[in-house]
Amino acid sequence: MSACRRQRWLPLLALLLGAAGPRSGFETMTPELQAMQRDDAGNPGMLSVLEGEALFAREGCAACHAAAALRGVAARYPAHDPARGGPIDLAGRIAECREQRAGRPPLPRESQPMLALQSFVAHQSRGLPITPDPRLAEARAEGERLFRERRGQLNLSCAQCHETLAGGRLAGANIPEGHPNGYPLYRLEWQALGSLQRRLRGCFTGVRAEALAPGSPAALALEAYLFGRAAGLPIETPAVRP
Amino acid sequence: MARTLIRVPATATRGEVIEIRTLIQHPMETGYRPDAAGRLLVRDIITRFTCHFDNRLVFEAMLHSAIAANPYLTFTLRAEASGVLTFAWEGDHDFRHVETRALTVT
Repeated sequence: MSACRRQRWLPLLALLLGAAGPRSGFETMTPELQAMQRDDAGNPGMLSVLEGEALFAREGCAACHAAAALRGVAARYPAHDPARGGPIDLAGRIAECREQRAGRPPLPRESQPMLALQSFVAHQSRGLPITPDPRLAEARAEGERLFRERRGQLNLSCAQCHETLAGGRLAGANIPEGHPNGYPLYRLEWQALGSLQRRLRGCFTGVRAEALAPGSPAALALEAYLFGRAAGLPIETPAVRP
Repeated sequence: MARTLIRVPATATRGEVIEIRTLIQHPMETGYRPDAAGRLLVRDIITRFTCHFDNRLVFEAMLHSAIAANPYLTFTLRAEASGVLTFAWEGDHDFRHVETRALTVT
């Protein structure tokens, strides 16, 4: 079969596969970037995981938590927190545990040590499918409303790009479905590891809208919806994205 | 302290060409970017990388402002004998980081 003929079948095949469920942004990356993410000696996100591992031991987290016992934790977050009566994300839980149980001074949410701890914890769940917390139905509904709400001077909703136009291109860049399964991830554009909140801020600023405050109820609701929509996708932390 | 990821094959046969991969955590601030207040950020980059095999220089690279953060360098060597590989990164503000790895040739 000629290469040309084979290529004609590819979109159809992609459509069939795509219809099977959510597609991770990993699948639309170039083979070079995919190789970079797979190779633990070449994935720059692993530097943060190593830093997180050292912090985990130094800050006394290891006194209560064994790293092996953290396997699967990141796949369950955001989770319902009875004390708050609402969702709490992984960053929020780590901050709460550090400050209230270990009595440590708070770390800024997107500081390097906080991202490192988060990437170390999430890395323990690499390969496990996202299993959304069933108690968060209400937050997810609110998150979906935000996802479909038009916003900003460009008057665009998340759904217009990341659902209707997903798989297409915005100028030279792929439009992914926008799944949160690799965070914190190393983005080449940032030349650094960053959080889901940072990525959302990028999109919000892009459509000239006011970004949601990290950790606010609206941000948590949107996060809960994004994880619900990505149910079944494997955790990739630390992922690499362009 | 900078973190590094280095991959050296655990063993190699005599005469085999082996691939070495190194990655180091470094901001590689170019010196051309302004901060939020409009002032230029001071250049902070790695300027030189060397790899010695038992005190013999086997690979060297000069790095400049155009190189991305966390530089990833990969190169090949012909393994002739067992020995120790010494990796050194040097840069602005007296940055210096050294790592060693043993190589066993059978």
